[in-house]
Amino acid sequence: MPIEILMPALSPTMTEGKLAKWLKAEGDAIKSGEVLAEIETDKATMELESIEDGVVGKILVAAGTEGVAVNTPIAVLLGEGEDASALSAAAAPAAAVPVAALVPLPAAAEPVYASFKRQTVREALRDAMAEEMRSDASVFLLGEEVAQYQGAYKVSQGLLEEFGAERVIDTPITEMGFAGLACGAGYAGLKPIVEFMTMNFSMQAIDHVINSAAKTLYMSGGQLQCSIVFRGPNGAASRVGAQHSQDYASWYAHCPGLKVLAPWSAADAKGLLKAAIRDPNPVVFLENELLYGQSFDVPDDPDFVLPIGKAKVERAGTHVTITAYSRMVQVALDAAELLKAEGIEAEVINLRTIRPLDIATIVDSVKKTNRIVSLEEGWPVAGIGSEIAAVMMEHAFDWLDAPVVRVCGADVPMPYAANLEKLALPQIEHVVEAARAVCYRR
Amino acid sequence: MAAKKKERGASEPTPEELVRYYREMLLIRRFEEKAGQLYGMGLINGFCHLYIGQEAVVVGMQAVAGPADSCITSYRDHGHMLVCGMDPKGVMAELTGRAGGYSRGKGGSMHMFSREKRFYGGHGIVGAQVPLGTGLGFAHKYTKDDGVAHVYCGDGAVNQGQVYESFNMASLWKLPVVFVIENNKYAMGTSSVRHAAGQELYKRGAAYGIPGEPVNGMSVIAVREAAIRALEHARSGNGPYILEMNTYRYRGHSMSDPAKYRSKEEVTKMREQHDPIDQLKEKLLADGLIDEAGLKEIDREVKALVTEAAEFSQASPEPDPSELWTDVLIEA
Ligand SMILES: Cc1ncc(C[n+]2csc(CCOP(=O)(O)OP(=O)(O)O)c2C)c(N)n1
Ligand SMILES: [Mg+2]
Repeated sequence: MPIEILMPALSPTMTEGKLAKWLKAEGDAIKSGEVLAEIETDKATMELESIEDGVVGKILVAAGTEGVAVNTPIAVLLGEGEDASALSAAAAPAAAVPVAALVPLPAAAEPVYASFKRQTVREALRDAMAEEMRSDASVFLLGEEVAQYQGAYKVSQGLLEEFGAERVIDTPITEMGFAGLACGAGYAGLKPIVEFMTMNFSMQAIDHVINSAAKTLYMSGGQLQCSIVFRGPNGAASRVGAQHSQDYASWYAHCPGLKVLAPWSAADAKGLLKAAIRDPNPVVFLENELLYGQSFDVPDDPDFVLPIGKAKVERAGTHVTITAYSRMVQVALDAAELLKAEGIEAEVINLRTIRPLDIATIVDSVKKTNRIVSLEEGWPVAGIGSEIAAVMMEHAFDWLDAPVVRVCGADVPMPYAANLEKLALPQIEHVVEAARAVCYRR
Repeated sequence: MAAKKKERGASEPTPEELVRYYREMLLIRRFEEKAGQLYGMGLINGFCHLYIGQEAVVVGMQAVAGPADSCITSYRDHGHMLVCGMDPKGVMAELTGRAGGYSRGKGGSMHMFSREKRFYGGHGIVGAQVPLGTGLGFAHKYTKDDGVAHVYCGDGAVNQGQVYESFNMASLWKLPVVFVIENNKYAMGTSSVRHAAGQELYKRGAAYGIPGEPVNGMSVIAVREAAIRALEHARSGNGPYILEMNTYRYRGHSMSDPAKYRSKEEVTKMREQHDPIDQLKEKLLADGLIDEAGLKEIDREVKALVTEAAEFSQASPEPDPSELWTDVLIEA
């Protein structure tokens, strides 16, 4: 059958072009790959190669013609023993794509546990990893100093001894490399736990966290999953300066395809890390160095695990809601005690999961308190508080008696000096003040 | 298992194998030409990087791949997918962004995968597939499945730092990985002379103790021979191996590249004197392994496959709008 040669689109934006020159005349034989014509686009002159063997039957658009629309027939190519005859070409019609609405997660009740044991956050994290590694041979841990040194912050204490060097792996200082390697192992069906010595260094590897882990399921149309946990201490430690003190919650929470968890207590740490390891999706797990040594009650139950996407009301109150995550939960609770003395009962919500945010729990609380303060260690601009403020506008506007107030870290790189560092971080007084403000009790 | 043994030990390809390589290279060539045509018709959009000229590389590598081997590459990935056994219809339909595509239209030319064929993409960030592929090698070792990861990257990609992070770990942990550098002499418009200090890219693993060799990437037979050595090395626990395939892309970097950074003569010379398909065709005829009628028959078959793929890629519907919201996360 004769083949119609169409004016090609030679760039993503080209709609028309100039047929600059024919390099073949009617009657000429042409082989696939040979140059047939030169086309001038808005950007450059390009060669049009024949994609078939044949003979140029008819030239439909003369050399020098300007403004030839893409897809206009410009020549007819004949196969062996053929002559020109009628042809038709059809282009596929485009369809509009409507946008769907977001649906908040439904609430679910947390089971009650009979016995507890006192543990540090550090021990809880270690136990979570050990238990999951015992039950699933595809789970392994890698990172800098996780094996022989027992973890830069001793979180992986004892794991090398129990699981051996094949599953507890000391890496070189090569974040981009080992994060990428872990994603590849995840594609192949293993379940890596990647420890970043601190989340600050995950910036070296953020390309793999986002481009290789978070987006692959979508880009593969659901075919290729990557079950992986990226964990490590996040946020300000103490007197380590700007490059080692940053909260990455809002960075990662921005990205679809990731789940982002930020535990506070040892129970949070254990229950959420176990859930993160079991989850078939990429999870960013934000710990806090200052919490590692703190002790909490942890359910003493082999089946203990916490649901991802569910916040916890740590303290009930009726006058104002305070949301917080990680170390800031304690600050919120301390503020609530001070507020109590002034007759303000604060409801403190430990977010636990930053993405997906437990909107239902926050909204339910605000329906009761009609006021909300968002507390975070991170910077204010495009932060978690900004998100909560927007969510309140969308889901709780009619219940608000005061504008949302954000308490955040100061909008500066973290200073080193002790006094400045303190000024840069949210303090109990800031939260108390914010709560008073939304209660109009200044 | 027996078949695998034979494959690994064999150094000479059988006549049937040679004909198969010819057919596979021709399939890539015709498929890519068709993709270029569909691009010209506005049916394929965005970035579309053709593999024309480089066919011998992936065909020669896959010719001696083991049954558990995995494969990962960059955005110049159509050829790899076809030779890994993925259906041309599904690949072409992904290029046109249709529901019948491998990623149901959500990945595009640069992002296709097949767990079943152990093809792990299709990656758009230059160099990223190198640590990812090293991770595939890690998984082969962890699960002791006797597989080797075939990790492809370009001459431009080997200037990325993460490539050396991968070399280091792969060698340190003796991972079964063959790094295949497809040196087509250009990283977009920058020739390797202008982007690489030292033109012997196969030596780039030397500091990590990784053996490497240059290979005539325009000869499927030479590629296959080198691949046997490299895969054997990696599979028997000796760690990674580097093959630098000296090859050439005939087309622009992507569809919108007029390729003004090189001379017409240079392209013509490679095409006329070093074309991997023509070279093998001549050998097949000279050795009497096939006749003109046989070649015609292959031509017809390949053309039919490509036509079928192109038709499918246009007949397949666009993804349902509801697809916008699926595959972000797996419901746990
Ligand atoms: C990290 C990154 N930087 C830049 C680009 C844009 N880019 C896409 S391909 C390319 C050239 C790569 O050349 P090479 O590695 O030789 O591969 P080839 O295209 O020749 O196969 C560049 C710069 C990118 N995709 N990713
Ligand atoms: Mg190149």
